[in-house]
Amino acid sequence: MEIFISLLIFIGAFFTLVGSIGLVKLPNFFMRLHGPTKATTLGLGSILSASVLFFYTYLDTISLDEFLIVVFLFITAPVSAHLMAKAALHSKKKV
Amino acid sequence: MIKDRLESWFPHPVLSVVLLICWLLLNNSFSAGHIVLGSVLSIIIPWFTSSFWPEKINIKNIKTFALFVVIVAYDIIVANLIVAKLILGSNDKLKPHFLEIQLDAKNDLTITLLASTISLTPGTVSSDLSMDKKTLLVHALHVEDIDKEIKTIKTRYEKPLMEVFES
Repeated sequence: MEIFISLLIFIGAFFTLVGSIGLVKLPNFFMRLHGPTKATTLGLGSILSASVLFFYTYLDTISLDEFLIVVFLFITAPVSAHLMAKAALHSKKKV
Repeated sequence: MIKDRLESWFPHPVLSVVLLICWLLLNNSFSAGHIVLGSVLSIIIPWFTSSFWPEKINIKNIKTFALFVVIVAYDIIVANLIVAKLILGSNDKLKPHFLEIQLDAKNDLTITLLASTISLTPGTVSSDLSMDKKTLLVHALHVEDIDKEIKTIKTRYEKPLMEVFES
C-alpha cells in the first residue's frame, strides 16, 4: 500500500512539474494555457487520491474532503482558462 | 396542484441534493445532526437563490451521464500522457490550431458543460463562444487533422451531453 501511495504522489508531482515546464517553455500565450490544465487534472487528482488512501490505511479515518477539492477545481479551472483565453483574444495577442 | 406546491417549495431538487452532499463532505461526518442541518440548508438556499437560476436542471438520462463521466475521466488520463509527451518534446513539432465547432446544443447548461469538458481534457482549451451561441472557438495544442478532431469532440462529448440535458 505504501508503494502505491508513493507512486500516486510521484505521478501527481510529475504532471504538476510537466505543467509548469510547459508554462515556461511553450512559445505563445494560447499554447501556454495548456500547461496548467495538466497540473490541475491528473496532477492534483492523483495527489489528492493519495491523501484519501493514506488517511484510510494509516489513520483509519475516511476523509472525503479531498473529493470536494477535486470537484471545485474541476469546476473553476476551465472557467479561469476560458476567461484568460477570451481576454487574450480581445486584446489581440499574437498566435 | 400538489405538484405545483412541491415545485414552489423545491425549485431545484438537483441543487438541493448536491448541496446536502457538499455539506456532509465539508463537515466530513454523516451523523444525524449534520444530515438534519444540511437538509434544512439545502431546502432554504435554493429557495432564496432561485431567482438567479431561471432554468431548472433536468437530468433525463442518468445512465448516459454516468457513462459520460467515466469516458471523460479516461480521456483526461490518456490526453495527459499525450500532452506531457508533446510538452517535453520539441516546440517546432507542435501544430497549434484554432478549431471552430458548430454547436447543435442550445441549452446554456449543455454549452457550459461542453466548454468546461473541452478545457479539462488536456490539449484543448475553449476560448470563445460566438454571440449567437452557435460557434465555440477552441484552441488545440497539436492537431494533425482538423475535421477529425472536431468530429471527435462532437460525437464524444456533445452528443451524450445533449442526450442527458436536452432530448
